[in-house]
Amino acid sequence: MNTQNSLGAETAVRPLLPETRTVTLRVNGTTHQLQLAPWTSVLDALREHLQLTGTKKGCDHGQCGACTVLLNGKRINSCLTLAVMQENKEITTVEGLAQNGELHPVQQAFIDHDAFQCGYCTPGQICSVIGLVNEGKAKTLDDIKDLMSGNVCRCGAYVNIVKVAQEALEKNTGL
Amino acid sequence: MRPFTFTQSQDVDTAVQEVSKEGAKFIAGGTNLLDLMKIDVMSPSHLVDITQIALDTIEETEAGGIRLGALAKNADTAYHELVETRYPLLSHAILAGATAQLRNMATDGGNLLQRTRCYYFYDTHTPCNKREPGSGCSAIQGYNRDLAILGTSEHCIATHPSDMCVALAALEATVQVTGKNGARSIPFANFHRLPGDTPHLDSNLQPDEIITAIELPANGFATHYTYLKLRDRASYAFALVSVAAALELEGNTVKEARIALGGVAHKPWRVPQAEALLHGQQATRENFQKVAEAYLEGAKGFGHNDFKIELAKRAIVRALEQATKKEATA
Ligand SMILES: Cc1cc2nc3c(=O)[nH]c(=O)nc-3n(C[C@H](O)[C@H](O)[C@H](O)COP(=O)(O)OP(=O)(O)OC[C@H]3O[C@@H](n4cnc5c(N)ncnc54)[C@H](O)[C@@H]3O)c2cc1C
Ligand code: SF4
Ligand code: FES
Ligand code: FES
Repeated sequence: MNTQNSLGAETAVRPLLPETRTVTLRVNGTTHQLQLAPWTSVLDALREHLQLTGTKKGCDHGQCGACTVLLNGKRINSCLTLAVMQENKEITTVEGLAQNGELHPVQQAFIDHDAFQCGYCTPGQICSVIGLVNEGKAKTLDDIKDLMSGNVCRCGAYVNIVKVAQEALEKNTGL
Repeated sequence: MRPFTFTQSQDVDTAVQEVSKEGAKFIAGGTNLLDLMKIDVMSPSHLVDITQIALDTIEETEAGGIRLGALAKNADTAYHELVETRYPLLSHAILAGATAQLRNMATDGGNLLQRTRCYYFYDTHTPCNKREPGSGCSAIQGYNRDLAILGTSEHCIATHPSDMCVALAALEATVQVTGKNGARSIPFANFHRLPGDTPHLDSNLQPDEIITAIELPANGFATHYTYLKLRDRASYAFALVSVAAALELEGNTVKEARIALGGVAHKPWRVPQAEALLHGQQATRENFQKVAEAYLEGAKGFGHNDFKIELAKRAIVRALEQATKKEATA
């Protein structure tokens, strides 16, 4: 396979062995110093370097939302951003939501409304609902559906996920 | 992903120096670049992070318009009070694209430079003149349902996928850039290119240039406007055809009309002579149909995408009707 690309990048100097650097990440209120190659995504840093495997890798291309985490309270796809670019920001994952052994109200609502089957999309859905509340832009049912469309659920639990989102907006259960 | 070296620039001048190195590229939100790097469609050997540069403000200009910093996030732009009230067409177009997560990450400068969604461009096992100049175009004879019907060449029939850019074209924005030779301002109509025989070039931005801002003139057409996006599902899909329509009306008489099409060409499609057909005319369906015909003059389908020609005409008529009636979206 010819991998020459239109930028002519093949002629440029490319590091062969992973050159790591110290990256300071704030995750769920704790500061971590990690040795990471610059191409490590936030998702891979969480899962492979911090063993926080609640955040899931679905597509790794920004299409499914399974990797949704909160960055300073807003939703992002952790698969499409580099850890080296997110130093000193507050990253919140599904592991950081429960407080003192009690589930976050949105986590509890997923159980109460039976809003999942296999559960693979669920950590991303939970973070996304909390982000939806924090971002404060959803006013109607259509807004909820539109602003939650970045989280795909292959099991099709959408009807009950929407109920969770409605409840979360009514009760204002953000971060 | 292929290994690369990485640096962060704190100011525009350093960024321009850094990006002038061989194989270097800027990274902003990363939502397009990292996606393409993961599948080896783009493979820079050096990334220059520009997100620490203070270019994220949205403010009024002396000329009465607004300036969007290149690093302002798509979401922050769409929900900004100045944009929502004075340039609602732009808000609607941005919010019609991607997802909440992606809009929280994507920057305004990056949005302009996002690359085509042509399936063959993404598939490194197939020929593609845009990805690999001279290798051929797989789409012309291939499955081309999503591809262009206007301004195509025998070398490439890709479309520009942005929603935001369709509104910026209609609003006649200018793109502010800085390179080794200093700063310049590029009218939006000259920013993106047609494929011609250089389909590997998406825009007229030079490799050493950074986008610093996007400026909008004073008139935001905030009364009669529509962003109509037709796609395969109601949310989270790229446009088959989209229309940004903006009208200045006096009674039912058109004083000024702006129409830009997305999903149909290598750049947002404007035909000023066709818009001019409406000037001084009544805002009626018949007149809108005349404009739609003129807009699609010379359109050419490639089989699977033939339907887009008729779809685009109807979309123009519907968008102009909605704009007349002050209906902002579908
Ligand atoms: C699943 C998915 C769905 C999407 N759906 C839509 C949609 O429906 N409609 C739509 O319009 N878009 C859509 N997008 C595209 C999205 O809008 C773009 O990826 C985004 O706008 C790119 O911005 P960024 O800041 O992340 O750019 P980056 O990925 O950081 O950069 C993109 C390119 O721009 C260059 N660049 C960035 N900033 C500058 C600058 N200031 N000066 C010079 N060069 C610069 C980079 O070098 C790179 O080549 C979708 C994306 C995904 C992943
Ligand atoms: S249409 Fe353009 S991008 Fe698509 S295969 Fe042909 S050359 Fe490549
Ligand atoms: S894993 Fe990030 S969006 Fe699918
Ligand atoms: S619960 Fe299985 S994918 Fe959503």
